[in-house]
Parts: sequence; structure tokens; C-alpha cells
Amino acid sequence: MDRSVPGRIGTTLPPLDVPIQTLPSPELLRNELEMPEVSESELVRYFSQISQFNFSIDHNFYPLGSCTMKYNPKLNDEMAGFPGMSEIHPHQPEGTVQGALQLMYELQRILAEITGMAMTGLAPMAGAEGELAGMLMTRAYHLDRGEPGRTKVLIPDSAHGTNPASASMAGFEVVEIPSDSNGNTDIEALKFAVGNDLAGLMLTQPSTLGLFDTNITEVVQIIRNAGGILYGDGANLNALLGRVKPGELGFDVIHSNLHKTFTQPHGGGGPGAGAVMVGKRLVPYLPTPVVEKIEEPNGVARYILGKPEKTIGRMGGFHGNFGALVRAYSYIRTLGDQGIAQVSEDAVINANYIMSQLKDVYELPYERTCMHEVVLSARKLKRDYGVSALDVCKRLIDYGIHPPTMYFPLVVEDALMIEPTETESVETLDHFIDVMKKIAVEAKCNPDLLHEAPHNAPNSRLDEVAAVRRPDLRWKRSSANIQ
Amino acid sequence: MTSPANLKYIRDHDWACFESDGTAILGVTDFAQESLGDVVFVELREVGEAVTQFQPFGEIESVKAVSELVSPVSGTVIERNDEVFAKPELVNQAPYEEGWLIKVKVSDTTDVSKLMSAGDYDTFIEPDFS
Repeated sequence: MDRSVPGRIGTTLPPLDVPIQTLPSPELLRNELEMPEVSESELVRYFSQISQFNFSIDHNFYPLGSCTMKYNPKLNDEMAGFPGMSEIHPHQPEGTVQGALQLMYELQRILAEITGMAMTGLAPMAGAEGELAGMLMTRAYHLDRGEPGRTKVLIPDSAHGTNPASASMAGFEVVEIPSDSNGNTDIEALKFAVGNDLAGLMLTQPSTLGLFDTNITEVVQIIRNAGGILYGDGANLNALLGRVKPGELGFDVIHSNLHKTFTQPHGGGGPGAGAVMVGKRLVPYLPTPVVEKIEEPNGVARYILGKPEKTIGRMGGFHGNFGALVRAYSYIRTLGDQGIAQVSEDAVINANYIMSQLKDVYELPYERTCMHEVVLSARKLKRDYGVSALDVCKRLIDYGIHPPTMYFPLVVEDALMIEPTETESVETLDHFIDVMKKIAVEAKCNPDLLHEAPHNAPNSRLDEVAAVRRPDLRWKRSSANIQ
Repeated sequence: MTSPANLKYIRDHDWACFESDGTAILGVTDFAQESLGDVVFVELREVGEAVTQFQPFGEIESVKAVSELVSPVSGTVIERNDEVFAKPELVNQAPYEEGWLIKVKVSDTTDVSKLMSAGDYDTFIEPDFS
């Protein structure tokens, strides 16, 4: 906002037509308010211009691994925008919001069905909050059974980065389990780590390597025998929809990032929804509230906000991000049973198509069929031409494509984690593949072109160190004076 | 690249320089700083706190990732390189010199036989390109 001009006013206030009041604590008032001084038209132009710098799934391909940036059907927004959905208040009497509660109740049932679980809690408002809810339930379960000594949570090194943080926040000690040479959980290491102090295991299935852990049955058995709870990180549920039910594999609890798997514009950091689905033994501990259905004697159903018997409590105010729940419900109901299964099929085929076309150009660390995302390595480009994963990603911006996730998972050097999702056509995938091949040739012939990329974006290569250490997050008059 | 021969190394890419007075200076290797990229924050155990061999003695954050700093020795922290808090880029610029991290009074529970020589470490980090 460097267009501030002292004294310029963007709005005209009407004359005072009410008596002047004296404030109880006038010292709270500031004489000066640090605000940019601009006209309305300048303000509108400023925001319109910076909005054009933005990139979203509605602009172009967005293969950001692990984030499941799929196209969000506009119908879902339309549903969430209905006055009965968008203009209600959490404090309204239950009798006046029966439709909204019915939607939540049905979504609870559908998500439990999709994941093979007994019951759903919709309160968590992000994936990591769903993880925290799962870990708090795990703790409550062990304490309830008189086993406070169960303090260790095992987490494979290919799990989502938030898992150790969630376990730690819930008061557990985290023990990392290595992956074996196929990218599966290392069974020997797991056997060695379990004991009487085991609280549970957090497994991302498929893992952040985009691989289905084929040791899963053995993993479940080991954890079960040791008295642990099996937590499933459902961030990659997209790959399993309509094919595999985590509950049937033996998981006790799984969260779903509704904003990823069931569509929601989430590139800007929210709003999310991290529903938790639980098997029988964790049902009493679900976060409150859950929606319950009561059949009246006259045959009419009534929906109420209920409190699970031994609930871990609230995850936040009210009952979750309701708009996100409406969109998820709309997406699932639009697809139906058949459509849900086609999501995972198309997502997995798309990722494998990209893998088959790029594995000889970039390096494939695990020579296996992948799930909904593929992890490649730019290691050879770095060794041969001094071009890093970061350089490849910055060059993709020049071609109008959002970069994939990079340098994650940490177990792969110079990782490029590509998730195309089911909503992309073969033409889009072919274009991406062509661009990635072109960039590999550029790395060889003209590495500096990549080192200095992006060339066509509104901002060139950013100083990432300064961005982290001296973030410039809001307008200050002093900074405006400098400019 | 060849790692300095007078230091001892561990698989987590940290080094220890043993002094004749029973102390050791710790830091991260050149390979580590190269892999991490630009370091933006360093967090270290306080002076007086205990560190355990192969357990964390702090955290290091780069533009790519946050990693644990793993101690090659057991003992008590007697000095910290306060300069790296203000200038974390020292870790990138001189990981074996100005970018050192902590100085530890080494306890006799340290198993020196589990540490790698410079030659072993260089072999360990050699990429296994197929």
C-alpha cells in the first residue's frame, strides 16, 4: 500500500445525529490510527491488482502433493450459500435449524460408512485438529482403562509432518519408526519399539511417499497385540475412496481432511474440516457435540446436538466449520456410490500415468505402483547440472503451472511430490509431462535459466531467508515513508 | 568434498571436536548445511543443561525444513555460540568454524567408539546413484 497520500480520504461520514457520549475509559482511544490514506477507487484497484497475482485451481493445474488441490465444483458453493445454510447462527434454537442438523447427521453416517467406522465427530476444524482429537481420545481411552503408563506413540518416518506435533500436544512421547527399502513400515523396527508403554501408532495410509503400506495387516496385528490404538491419518483418503475401508483394515480412528478429499477451496489456508471417524471402542470419547437423531412417537425425526458419554470435550467454539460440511455433503451426494469409487480410481491412474512418463527423466526412488501421488527426485539434475528441486519448481511457474510439493517427504532427497487428483484431463497431464521434460532439457543446456526462474511471474526469485526472518506482514506508515 | 580429519561424526550429520581439556565443540557438517539450504533459525539447549549421546540438543530450521540437532556426545552444555541466533547464516558459511553450536563438558558415558572418522563419514554421505 505505497499509494497512501497524507490527508486523502476514501469515504464521507454523515453528520453526527446522536448525542455525544463520554467513553468510560477515554485513554483507550488512540489519537492516531496507522491506516493508509487512499480513495475508494485506489483501494479497489489495489486489491483487484493483487488478486490477479494469485494462483488457484481455477486458473491452472495445481499438482501440490499431499494437499489434494482438486477442482471444487461451483455447485457446492451454491449449496453452502443457501440462506438456510449461510444465514443461520450457532445459538439458534435447535428446532429452527433442523435441516442443517439433519445434513450434519447424514454426513456423520456417510463418512462412517466410507471409512468403515462406527461413528463420526465433525467438530475438528482442520486435519491437524482431527489428529489432536484422535490423540486425546487415545489418551482418554488408556486413562479410562487404568493404564496411565501408555505414553509412547509410534510414527513412521513417512507420516505427515503434523503427526508428531499432534501426539506431542496430547502429552505423548513420539518414537520414529523407519521405512524399509520398499517404503513400507519397517516391521522389525516396529516389533522392537512396542511394549507396555505403547499408547498407539499413527500411520498415514497411503504414506507421504504415495505408497500403500503393504505391511498393514502385520502392523495392525503388532499394535493390537501390544494393546495400542491405531490412528489413521486420512489426509490421503482420496486414494482409498470406495476401495478400502480403514475400519476394516483394523484402524480405531481416522481423520478426513474434508477440504481436500471432499472439495473445498483451501489454498489460502482455510477454512478446513477435519472430521474424525472412530471404531466402537473410541465412540464414547468423541469430541462434543455430535448430532443425534430422535424418532418421536408420531414418526417424525428430530435432530439434536448430543454429548458423547465420556467426551474429550470441545475442539473449538460450536460445531465445526459448517460451510465446509455442506460442501463435503454436496460433493458426496453428487457423486453417489459409483462416483466415489471412481474418484480414487481416476486419482490413482492419473498419478501412475505421470510416474510412467517421467520416471526416466527424473529419478523414481521406489520402483512401485503409486497411489494418488508420485514422489520423484531431482537428485540427478542437482549432481549433473547443479539444478535443484527448487529451481525446477520455480521454472514451472514460468509455464503457468503451480509447483509440486518439494523437499518432502524428507526421506527422499530433492523430492518432488506430485499429486494430479482425479479432476484433471489427460490433455492437462500431457501438457505437464511435456513441460517437466522440457525443464529437464533446460537444466542440461541452460542451467542458469532455471537458477534465475521465474522470469514471467509478477515477482522474480524471492529472498526466502528474509521472508522467514523479517516477514513484512502489514502496512506501516514508517515503511511507506521509505518507499 | 572432504570432511575435516580432526573431527568425529554421526549419521545425523553432526560433528564433535574433542579438546584436550575434556570438552567437545559440536556443530553440523558441511553436507548437512548444504542439504538444509539457507538456515533461518537455530535453537540450542541452555548452558547447564544435560545432553545425551544420539539425542537432540536443539533444532535447526532452514527454508526447506525443521530438523533436530543430534548430539555425538553425552555431557553438560558449558557454552553456546550466541552469534548464530542473530546470524544463522554462519552455519551455512562456516559450519566447522564460526558456525559451531555448543560446547559440552563430556561425561564418561559417551561411547566414542560409536562415532565415525572423517573417512567413514565421507563414504557414508557418498550418493549411491544407480
